[in-house]
Amino acid sequence: MTGRGRPERMRAVRAVVRKDVTVALSSKAVSVPFVVVPVMLMVVMPLGIALLARFADGEVARLGDQLGALAPALVARVAGLDPAQQVVVLGLVYLLAPLFLVVPLMVASVLAADSFAGEKERGTLEALVYSPISDRDLVLAKMLSAWLPAVAVGLVAFVVYCVTANAAAWPVMGRLFLPTAMWLVLVAWVMPAAAALGLGTSVIVSSRVGTFQEAYQVGGVVVLPIVALMIGQVAGVIYFSVWLVVLLGLVLWLAAAALLWLGARSLRRSELIVRL
Amino acid sequence: MTAEGPAPSAAAAAAAEPTPPPVVEASGLTRRFGAKVAVDALDLVVARGEVLALLGHNGAGKTTTIRMLAGVLTPTAGTARVFGLSPFEHGPAVRARLGVLPEEHALEERLTARQNLRYYADLYGYPEDRVSARVDEMLARFGLSDAADRKVGGFSKGMKQRLALARALQHEPELLFLDEPTSGLDPVASRAVTESLRSLSAGEGRTVVLCTHDLALAQGVCDRVAVMREGALVALGTPSELASRLPARLVVVVGAEEAAAAEAAVRSAFPGAAIAVSGDELLLTDLPSGSTPRVVALLVAAGLSVHRVQPVEATLQDVYFALYGEEGRA
Repeated sequence: MTGRGRPERMRAVRAVVRKDVTVALSSKAVSVPFVVVPVMLMVVMPLGIALLARFADGEVARLGDQLGALAPALVARVAGLDPAQQVVVLGLVYLLAPLFLVVPLMVASVLAADSFAGEKERGTLEALVYSPISDRDLVLAKMLSAWLPAVAVGLVAFVVYCVTANAAAWPVMGRLFLPTAMWLVLVAWVMPAAAALGLGTSVIVSSRVGTFQEAYQVGGVVVLPIVALMIGQVAGVIYFSVWLVVLLGLVLWLAAAALLWLGARSLRRSELIVRL
Repeated sequence: MTAEGPAPSAAAAAAAEPTPPPVVEASGLTRRFGAKVAVDALDLVVARGEVLALLGHNGAGKTTTIRMLAGVLTPTAGTARVFGLSPFEHGPAVRARLGVLPEEHALEERLTARQNLRYYADLYGYPEDRVSARVDEMLARFGLSDAADRKVGGFSKGMKQRLALARALQHEPELLFLDEPTSGLDPVASRAVTESLRSLSAGEGRTVVLCTHDLALAQGVCDRVAVMREGALVALGTPSELASRLPARLVVVVGAEEAAAAEAAVRSAFPGAAIAVSGDELLLTDLPSGSTPRVVALLVAAGLSVHRVQPVEATLQDVYFALYGEEGRA
């Protein structure tokens, strides 16, 4: 007997994924950000923007005065809409689009921190490395246990966002305005890449720190480029066109691939065991 | 029709059976961490069904040896074969037949006892249709049925150790590596683990490699002991073989007021012997082996009355302290 069959190997991978997610969700330090951050970004913020557009006429007028600061191509996208509709489209279709990426990034980052640094901190890695799961399957399982839930939460967050935004802005828009083609590309192409980037960052950070909290805090810096994208859009430097989103996805995938390639080396058994 | 000879005797049949290959073979196995040599050219063979104790201080190389034999740590030099396979090239295949109890229990404390066992049953590929029954069986065997659905974080150390042992055994491994199985346990929990070990070796015929500081446990359950010091194997044999290498010790009880004369007689015949006198009892150590008849003859010839002569068998503890010197008593 020199190897294990594919069904056995996949069963082991599923077991690690299931265990990691169960364990992560049983910790408040992990599960609270899971709920709070998506609710803030995908429910509270769109509601606020929709209510602003509907009831705060003065704010809407001031925003109209500042349209010139945005990228001309973005301004052209909202030309022909009334001021309240411009607020809705600019805010909910474009300005919040980068922030949506925080959800998969954060979820993957937290889960990976718990799965790697957390498991090391809890002292449970040793029994795992003595099990028959191969190095390759262990790396795959550990990565999937952070990436799959992050993508799933991202998809749910996207659906919740579309429903919330369309419902809250219906009195202003009078029609469904989300998802747009750009959002579909964002969800299908960029969101999984953002999850992979959060995962890759956490894997690298986890191999160098001793606790979940350290990994979570240090890994949080990966959100900064996303905030920079939002500021760039408000400042008129960029706007989230379909092509920019396609390019952004490519950059994130490449960055994530590089981080995961580097991080996977730290997940080899012989590396893990000497750090226990 | 060909004439048949007499049926071979059972002994002859047994003699004709080929010796099963060893379960573990290590040759020149070495592991260095920078300048530190954790395991130094270890040669070791463990036979099928044998219980071997690896003894030694902390840092003697016991855990590193187990890690290399399980294929989770690559050696710097030397070779190892477990079940005839290289654990470094066929790690998953070797580990599927191994059960390991790490020094720290390494249980997932946020999961229940049942979830922990279920998780490892899946990792080891235990037949899916039998997992639930097997988990229940192991929980019952280790007295954890009532706590099956409680989170492990609330368990006592003894319960965790029993659960970790259940995890190591549930996939029915042929070879067990147990690292300090009684560490930190109270006497009752320690005895339960010791009894489990006895049933593993005697009743179930599993091969067990046991790392321990517990010399009484090693003496009680092990077929052979290997003593490691600073990464090197310094002694290997059955507890009685190792004990027989120590100088003989003898307790002699003589008549009242005869102890001083007995001491003088023994000292003159055995100048190298150490003699401790307590009342009419003498403890003679560092005697040449097989000295008992000579001592008795000597005392009788000196006109002393010999009430009792009792050879004192060396224990594993004596062997260990002899190998480690005073450092061993620290």
